[in-house]
Amino acid sequence: MATATAPRTADDEAYQRTFDAAVAADERIEPRDWMPDAYRATLVRQIAQHAHSEIIGMQPEANWITRAPSLRRKAILMAKVQDEAGHGLYLYSAAETLGVGRDELLDKLHSGRQKYSSIFNYPTLTWADVGAIGWLVDGAAITNQVPLCRCSYGPYARAMVRVCKEESFHQRQGYELLLALSRGTPGQHAMAQDAVDRWWWPSLMMFGPPDDESAHSAQSTAWKIKRHSNDELRQRFVDICVPQAKSLGLTLPDPDLRWNEERGHHDFGPIDWTEFKEVIKGNGPCNEERITQRRRAHDEGAWVREAAAAHAAKHSGTAAAHTGGRTEKEVGQA
Amino acid sequence: MTATVPVTAALALGDDALVLSHRLGEWMGHAPVLEEEVALANIALDLLGQARVLLSMAGDEDELAYLREERAFSNLQLVEQPNGDFAHTIARQLYFSTYQHLLYAELAAGDGPFAALAAKAVKETAYHRDHAEQWTLRLGDGTDLSHQRMRTACTALWRFTGEMFQPVEGLGTDLGALRTGWLEAVGAVLRRAGLPVPEGAQSGAWTAGAGRQGLHTEPFGRMLAEMQHLHRSHPGASW
Ligand SMILES: [Fe+2]
Ligand SMILES: [Fe+2]
Repeated sequence: MATATAPRTADDEAYQRTFDAAVAADERIEPRDWMPDAYRATLVRQIAQHAHSEIIGMQPEANWITRAPSLRRKAILMAKVQDEAGHGLYLYSAAETLGVGRDELLDKLHSGRQKYSSIFNYPTLTWADVGAIGWLVDGAAITNQVPLCRCSYGPYARAMVRVCKEESFHQRQGYELLLALSRGTPGQHAMAQDAVDRWWWPSLMMFGPPDDESAHSAQSTAWKIKRHSNDELRQRFVDICVPQAKSLGLTLPDPDLRWNEERGHHDFGPIDWTEFKEVIKGNGPCNEERITQRRRAHDEGAWVREAAAAHAAKHSGTAAAHTGGRTEKEVGQA
Repeated sequence: MTATVPVTAALALGDDALVLSHRLGEWMGHAPVLEEEVALANIALDLLGQARVLLSMAGDEDELAYLREERAFSNLQLVEQPNGDFAHTIARQLYFSTYQHLLYAELAAGDGPFAALAAKAVKETAYHRDHAEQWTLRLGDGTDLSHQRMRTACTALWRFTGEMFQPVEGLGTDLGALRTGWLEAVGAVLRRAGLPVPEGAQSGAWTAGAGRQGLHTEPFGRMLAEMQHLHRSHPGASW
């Protein structure tokens, strides 16, 4: 388990006290503030994994952009996948405030030294999967991320506020897509049910291992990076989804799912953690495809990035003149 | 009002936007840098928005997009060309966005049936054009490799550019008159990027006006097969 590096000097001890007091008072830690090395490392790991999940998460849905069955749905889907790219940008920027550049993090993703959310290692087999991802996967992401809007690290918390707003659009759009299918032809309804059957359990796994097996939880909670336990969040998500599934006219694939009056929550069946561990280890249905596509896009784009860098270097003094008054960075991000 | 909609022109412009939007959508998840995932999607979304307005002027947008056969599409062959490498995509954008920007500026200045759409589209296409120009400069004046690739791409797509200036029935503007402005604008960007203006003909016997008449290139059929498959598999369903 990670613990804060032991303070070595009187100065460090004073800094540590200031840091502890700020966290205790629910104040935000900002990039220029002193922070324990382990706090910084934990944040980098978590923000990087989150950023990687956003950009890998583009793939399963982008898989359906060229086949979207109406122009309205196509526009919604393209805008959604674009949002996920934007989330990646905010999060890599948040990681940069901790002194780690995007290139370094991408390198770790491509070489398998950093992870992304395992949910994206499942395939999108039909159009309904786009709806199931929006409803369940974005829904689970929101449940996880809303508490992060109050995370102790300022830039991460602020990135999460923006991200959560957009994720809730995605969740509603996914729900609405499934509703249209569920109320559509028998073929469409069956497609929606099949997608929910396949995505339900992996979505529950998005909250991570059960509390008694969660490696990083205790310290992250003390640092107010994490505000609720995995199992608490998972329960909250189940309680939200059950009535929504009912309004959708779809069933959740769990025979043990029922309201428990005493607990005031839904009971649900046991999760197959063997599958979870296998997918994390790299043996999920699409681990290989996802990382290969990411690496290929990166490698095939190398000459483009090199050209942009070479051009910028040649014109570093006159960049404004060459970009009509916008800086290179603005043009790139436009 | 419906009787006065110039359907041929609405379809020509709408199909251009629809098809190029689709091609740009193919980049998603594959772009060379994260900022370009966002930028290419922006352009694709603008074009899809334009396509939806234009196709709706001519009929039901989904019927037109998903249920017409290849020969009934009247887009330019330029916009249906496969993405190729990033240089090909940028060359295609440079040629087409410059054309679209000049055209919409003209239509926005008039009071024809496309004026309202053009007023919005002229702002969008100004950004698309700027994006393409900046990348043409970066690639043309970047590394030896990028220069070579950009040059190859500009040359390869040149023969599809003549078709843009063929007359379109009911458009209410003289497309032929845009050619001079287009050549000047594209030529100026290429020169700034250190790239030669391609020398070949802007159209061959086969490509001259062919897309507008429903004659397309081989990759277009495969593109439509992918785009239309799901919609056609569920006749009458709504989504
Ligand atoms: Fe996201
Ligand atoms: Fe999302």
